[in-house]
Amino acid sequence: MSVIPDAPDPFDRDRGGPAQPLLSVSGLYKHFPVRKAGGKKQVVRAVDGVDFDVLKGETLGIVGESGCGKSTTAKLLMGLIERDSGSLLYDGQAVGERVMPWRSYRRQVQMVFQDSYASLNPRMTVEQSIAFGPKVNGVPGREAVERARALLARVGLEPKRFAGRYPHEISGGQRQRVNIARSLALEPRLVLLDEAVSALDKSVEAQVLNLLLDLKAEFGLTYIFISHDLNVVRFISDRVMVMYLGRVSEIGPSDTVLDAPAHPYTEALLASMPSLDPDNRTQAALLQGDPPNPIDPPSGCRFHPRCTLAEPICGEKEPPLDTVGPLHRVSCLARQPGSGHSAAPARALAA
Amino acid sequence: MTAPITAASMALDGGVLSAGDVAPEAAFVPSRGFWGHVGHRLVRDPVAMGAGALILLVVLIAILSPWITPMDPYKGSMLRRLKHVGDATYWLGSDELGRDMISRLMLGSRLSLFIGVTPVLIAFVIGSGIGILAGYVGGWTNTILMRTIDVFFAFPSVLLAIALSGALGAGIFNSIVSLTCVFVPQIARVAESVTTGIRKRDYIDAAKLSGASPLTIMRVQVLGNVVGPIFVYATSLISVSMILASGLSFLGLGVRPPEPEWGLMLNTLRTAIYANPVVAALPGVCIFVVSIAFNMFSDGLRAAMEIRQ
Amino acid sequence: MLIYILKRLVYVTPVAFGVSLVCFMLVHLAPGDALSAVLPADATQETINEMKAAYGFDKPLPVQYLIWLWHVLHGDLGTSIATGRPVLGEVTRAVINSLILASVATVIGFTFGTLFGFVAGYHRNSVADRAASALSVFGVSVPHYWLGMVLVIVFSATLGWLPPTGAGPDGSGNWRPDFDHLRYLILPAVTMSVIPTGIIARTVRALVADILAQDFVEALRAKGMDEFGVFKHVVRNAAPTALAIMGLQLGYLLGGSILVETVFAWPGTGFLLNAAIFQRDLPLLQGSILVLAMFFVVLNLLVDVMQTALDPRIERA
Repeated sequence: MSVIPDAPDPFDRDRGGPAQPLLSVSGLYKHFPVRKAGGKKQVVRAVDGVDFDVLKGETLGIVGESGCGKSTTAKLLMGLIERDSGSLLYDGQAVGERVMPWRSYRRQVQMVFQDSYASLNPRMTVEQSIAFGPKVNGVPGREAVERARALLARVGLEPKRFAGRYPHEISGGQRQRVNIARSLALEPRLVLLDEAVSALDKSVEAQVLNLLLDLKAEFGLTYIFISHDLNVVRFISDRVMVMYLGRVSEIGPSDTVLDAPAHPYTEALLASMPSLDPDNRTQAALLQGDPPNPIDPPSGCRFHPRCTLAEPICGEKEPPLDTVGPLHRVSCLARQPGSGHSAAPARALAA
Repeated sequence: MTAPITAASMALDGGVLSAGDVAPEAAFVPSRGFWGHVGHRLVRDPVAMGAGALILLVVLIAILSPWITPMDPYKGSMLRRLKHVGDATYWLGSDELGRDMISRLMLGSRLSLFIGVTPVLIAFVIGSGIGILAGYVGGWTNTILMRTIDVFFAFPSVLLAIALSGALGAGIFNSIVSLTCVFVPQIARVAESVTTGIRKRDYIDAAKLSGASPLTIMRVQVLGNVVGPIFVYATSLISVSMILASGLSFLGLGVRPPEPEWGLMLNTLRTAIYANPVVAALPGVCIFVVSIAFNMFSDGLRAAMEIRQ
Repeated sequence: MLIYILKRLVYVTPVAFGVSLVCFMLVHLAPGDALSAVLPADATQETINEMKAAYGFDKPLPVQYLIWLWHVLHGDLGTSIATGRPVLGEVTRAVINSLILASVATVIGFTFGTLFGFVAGYHRNSVADRAASALSVFGVSVPHYWLGMVLVIVFSATLGWLPPTGAGPDGSGNWRPDFDHLRYLILPAVTMSVIPTGIIARTVRALVADILAQDFVEALRAKGMDEFGVFKHVVRNAAPTALAIMGLQLGYLLGGSILVETVFAWPGTGFLLNAAIFQRDLPLLQGSILVLAMFFVVLNLLVDVMQTALDPRIERA
């Protein structure tokens, strides 16, 4: 079934069983050194202690404002930048160790980038770009090209018309379809979509989202879907993770997080979304100003300077990521029993 | 030294590297590939085509000159010195030793082209190698290579060329060596910045994710995208190189008499500027025309490569 | 700003050492012996060894370099083999003459370059624009030593208006700012100004066209600012880059004047280099090149600092 040598069929290569998370991320840190005027060395805390699991067969949406660490997280997951610390467990095996070297991990985890043009080599035809991955993994040239054509057809681009085209000769939506086809060429189990539809027109975006859903069902894929657009995330995700300044502020099932958010930041994000319903217009801007500088993040809860529920304790104590409901975890003192915050629920209730 | 200025004066302005437009969803255009597009646009550029035709003509003359010169370019006659342009025998006059100008100019194109173009070709190979390596590997390799390049940038190019040939001594080989040393740093710097730009593109990341080795990525994904811009830059140097190479001969540091070379001819005819100014200026006209043709062709090539991708 | 200057200095220092190393090695690139030019053909081995010791050529290369560098840092560039005079004095005199020529050429180039550039940038694709781009292609494609000859042919040999060669009527090497000396300056300065004119015209045209196409100019016009006001804004935004290019051109002209100086027999560094090369006076060659290259390094540094100081958009961190 599989054309990649040594790569078992996606449906047969499961190791840990359905309950084992496909990808388990814990204690992920990435600080970038920067030099400010005067030569003082400082760091940008781009990703500052992130833990989450990606379950088999789900779509995990990751949302947050720009600069919250979404894209850095994506690059860390792909190994495109080196993590400072933390571990990645892929189907129970530590990535980067002997049992699961990066090379075999990447064969199962692929990525689609935001900029459909920048992610295709302008001097290669569409077909060459898709066939490149299989070729370097030992698939004979002719077979790789055939596979590329089959994938083109699968993502809705007629191979006869598109295989020989160059990236500048096709539209943005078509290019993103090519990128999706390329990401599938190595038969991955997990596909990371980093703002993959953000640059597309609304009508094209909907088509591509539907294509993604179809492909997921057909190939048994798991998605990590990074976006700043809450509507798109709600449409495609089973679970949602909200990030703020390099940390996870809330994670849980899409319906729960987006309809009954527990974190004031999620609430503010939702409220700042433009609504088409005139009766439901945003009354007050809940999110004021830009996110603080990740070089020198606020003490305690990082959201407290912009938070409506902020109390003095929020500036002193870092809120842990606590379970508040089924699969629903929040990092907010106001939701944590016994935290000392006046709005915190009683300890007995949570027990 | 002053990176922003040199970068601007190189005038690549990221032309071939920037993203843009969205092609119409349904339009069907037969695919040409990048160089196909460049060729197509170049053919439609009358100035570039004219310049290209002129260069081709000079190259043909240079190749064929030993067989097609109307007279012996080495044989002079003291009785027929400094004939004027339009003379029945000497169509473009004769030089200070009575040798036929048109024959010498034709044969001179050989050496002038050779000593002008060769340094750029060699520097293109060496400079691209250094620059691509520095740009792709990055880190300390880049720092060491580029700081060394900066030292050579601290010399104005004419000064460096003359200093090197002055120290090495006169001769065709030495003048080619010194001009190569002048152009290697310039090409290396362009190659480095182009490669650094390409290295940051998402498709290189995508190639890494597919498990390709750095060497494969370099060969398949990087090389094809950097060679074009570096080549265009190199063609823009040919004009300068021609002027400098002939200049070295003019100073007596390049080709030696009695070989005909335009710069050297210009020098030996300086004594004749009162007696026969038009003939004295002729070799310079040749340098000028060829140099301007290379400049125009290079400009056309650059414009043709600026396809909004 | 002070930190920026310090950073540039830290960056320039290794480059300056590199330059000195290249200049030092130049002598050792030379075929044969550095002394062969001055020694009589029948010199005994004893004489040769004596001379070698006198010039320090008997020590290992790194030691020679350090000794040489030590002397250079104390302003001692050695002694000219041909004339026996200190190199520094010879070079200083030549540099002053070259600087006069290069400065005048730069001023001419800057004046005409900005003029053409502004006209072309304001009226893109007009006849004036075409003329300006033709001029800039001409400027960078013309062999300036040939242009010098043509000017001599036209204005000296044919019309007899200007003197063909030399720096002054007395044939001396000392230029003075009077009318007679000025006449000697015109042809070489005009010849040398052709390159900077072309380059500055091209740069200014691009700058002006760029600035005029920006939104803030539209906004200024919308606010009711008159054309002169807009013009002042364009000048303020184009000035840093244009001045920086002018500074660099001055350096290129000073270093690249040898060909033009040879044509006009101008007693500057080019002339000196020519003499040094053909008399194989290597200390003189080494000294002149070192001085010229260092001048260029310092000029680059000044241009950088000045551009940063003038341009608010460049970050000074």
